[in-house]
Amino acid sequence: MAKSIDVSDLNIYYGDFLAVSGVNMTVKARQVTAFIGPSGCGKSTVLRTLNRMHEVIPGARVEGKVVVDGQSLYDPSVDPVAVRRQIGMVFQRPNPFPTMSIYDNVLAGNKLNARKMKKSEADDIVERSLKGANLWNEVKDRLSKPGMGLSGGQQQRLCIARAIAVRPQVLLMDEPCSALDPISTSAIEDLIHELKSEYTIVIVTHNMQQAARVSDDTGFFNLKATGEPGQLVEFNPTKKMFTNPDNEATEAYISGRFG
Amino acid sequence: MSTIQADPAPPSDPLQEEGSTGRAGDSIFRGLATGAGMIIMLALAGVAIFLVLQSIPALGASGEQAYGADNIVVYIWPLLFGTVLAAVIALVIAAPLSIGVALVISHYAPRRIARLLGYLIDLLAAVPSVVYGLWGRETLQGWVFPVYDWLHDNLGFLPFFEGPVTTGRTILTAGVVLAVMALPIITALCREVFLQTPMMHQEAALALGATRWEMIRMAVFPYARSGITSAVMLGLGRALGETMAVALVLSASGIVTFNLISSQNPSTIAANIALNYANASGTKVNVLIAGGLVLFLVTFAVNFLGRYLAARGRAKA
Repeated sequence: MAKSIDVSDLNIYYGDFLAVSGVNMTVKARQVTAFIGPSGCGKSTVLRTLNRMHEVIPGARVEGKVVVDGQSLYDPSVDPVAVRRQIGMVFQRPNPFPTMSIYDNVLAGNKLNARKMKKSEADDIVERSLKGANLWNEVKDRLSKPGMGLSGGQQQRLCIARAIAVRPQVLLMDEPCSALDPISTSAIEDLIHELKSEYTIVIVTHNMQQAARVSDDTGFFNLKATGEPGQLVEFNPTKKMFTNPDNEATEAYISGRFG
Repeated sequence: MSTIQADPAPPSDPLQEEGSTGRAGDSIFRGLATGAGMIIMLALAGVAIFLVLQSIPALGASGEQAYGADNIVVYIWPLLFGTVLAAVIALVIAAPLSIGVALVISHYAPRRIARLLGYLIDLLAAVPSVVYGLWGRETLQGWVFPVYDWLHDNLGFLPFFEGPVTTGRTILTAGVVLAVMALPIITALCREVFLQTPMMHQEAALALGATRWEMIRMAVFPYARSGITSAVMLGLGRALGETMAVALVLSASGIVTFNLISSQNPSTIAANIALNYANASGTKVNVLIAGGLVLFLVTFAVNFLGRYLAARGRAKA
C-alpha cells in the first residue's frame, strides 16, 4: 500500500509569484519524512503539492514533476480528485465536519466513493480507523455525538482516523500538533510511530525536537534571501541532519543560531 | 545626551480626562441610535393599530359591502389562498435556482465572471415591480402559453394542470414573475453565506478526495443551512407582499383552486387591494383594509418562522 514519492525540479507558483523553486527529493515508503524550516519558506506549500491541494487556491500552479510509484501526479490525464483519495491529509487546525457525528466524520471519505456500504462493514471501518488513530477507547460509547464536542487533541486524532479510513497510500500532515498541548502532541507522535508501519508519512513541523523524535528523513527549507523564493536547503537522514548536517545554514538553524 | 530630564508635567488624573467631547459624542450617538430604534417600533405599532381599528367595521360586512361575499372570512379566504399559492410557486421556482446561481458565483465561475454575474443579479433587484408586471403581462404570458399547452396535454391528470388553457395570465405565470423578483434577494444572501464557509472545512472535504459538488454538499450546505432558510424566508416575504406585478399579470376571478393554468385564478390580497381600492367606498374600504391586516399577520408569521429556523440551525452547527 505505502508508496514512495519522487519530486524533481519542482517550482511552485501563486499566480506570478514563485514561492518555492527547484525542489528535488525522494520520500521513502513506510518512513516518516519531516519538513522543517522558518515560517514562510514554503514547507506547507511543498506538502500541499504532494496531493494537489495546492491548486485549490486560485492562481496556484506547479512546474516540475511529482511521481508516486511511477505515476506522475501532474500528468494532464490525472484527476486531482483521484490523487487526493490516494494521498490523505491532516491539517494544522483540527477540522472535523461540524454537523457530523464522530461516526459520520470517520466515514466521510468512504462515503465519497458512492458505493453503498453494509452497516457491519461501516462499523468495521469506523472501529479499525479509530483504533488506528488511538481514539477508539475514548469515543466508543459516544460515536453518535458531534465530532466538535471532543477536545482539540481528540479532534485531531479524529481527523487522522478520517484520513486513514480510506486506506491512503501516503499521509500528509501539516503541523498536526501546533494547535495542541504537550500531552495530545505526544499522543499524536506515538500514533505517527505506529502508522509508519503501514503508511508513508510526510509531516511539516515547526518543532525541531518533534522532527528529531518522529522522522527518519528530514528536509530543511529556507528562503534563498529575503524576497526570494524558498528552497530545499538540505535533505538527509534525520540522524545525520541533527548531528552532522552538510550545510552550514542547516546547522545554524538546528542549533538555534538563527530562525 | 543628557540624563537630566525636564520636570514631568504635573500628573493628571487619568480617570478625569480633559475635555469631555468624547463622552458627549457617546451620549449623542446613543440618543440617536435609541431614537432610531424607537421610531421603528412606533411605525410598526402605528401600522398595526391603524389596520386593526380600520378592520373592525369590516367584521360585520356582508353582501354588497363585502363584494358579494357572505362575510369577511368568506371574502378574504380565497385571497389569502391565492397569496400563499403564488408565493409558494415563486419559492419552488426561485429557491433552487437562486441557490444554484449563488453557488456558481461563490464556487464555480472564474472570479471575473462571478463578479459580473453578481452585478447582473443585483441589477435585477433594482428593476421596479411595475416593469416586471408589464413584462409578465405582455411578453412572458406569450412564452408560457405553449408550455402550459404541453403541461395540460402530458400532465393533465394532475390537478395542477387540469386547464383548460386559454390564457397565459395564470397564477403560475404570476408565480414565475414573483420568482424572478425574489431571485436577487435569495441569491445575494446565499452567496454571502456560501462565501463565508470556513476554508478549513472545504479543504477537509477536498483532501478526502471530494469533487467540487461533494465538497459543497459536505462542507458548504451544512454550514449554510440556516442562512439559506433565512434567505428563502426573506424571498417569501417579498413574494407575499408584491402588488403591482401580480395585479398586472393575473387574470383573477377570486376562486380557490389548485388548477394553476386555467383562466380561473385566485387573486392575491395585495393585488386585490390595488385593483379595488380606488373605487371602494364606505365599508368596502374597511373590508380591503382587513385583507391588509391578514397579509400583515402572515408576513409577520413568516418572518418569525424564518428567524426561528435560522436560529435553530445555528444552535445545531
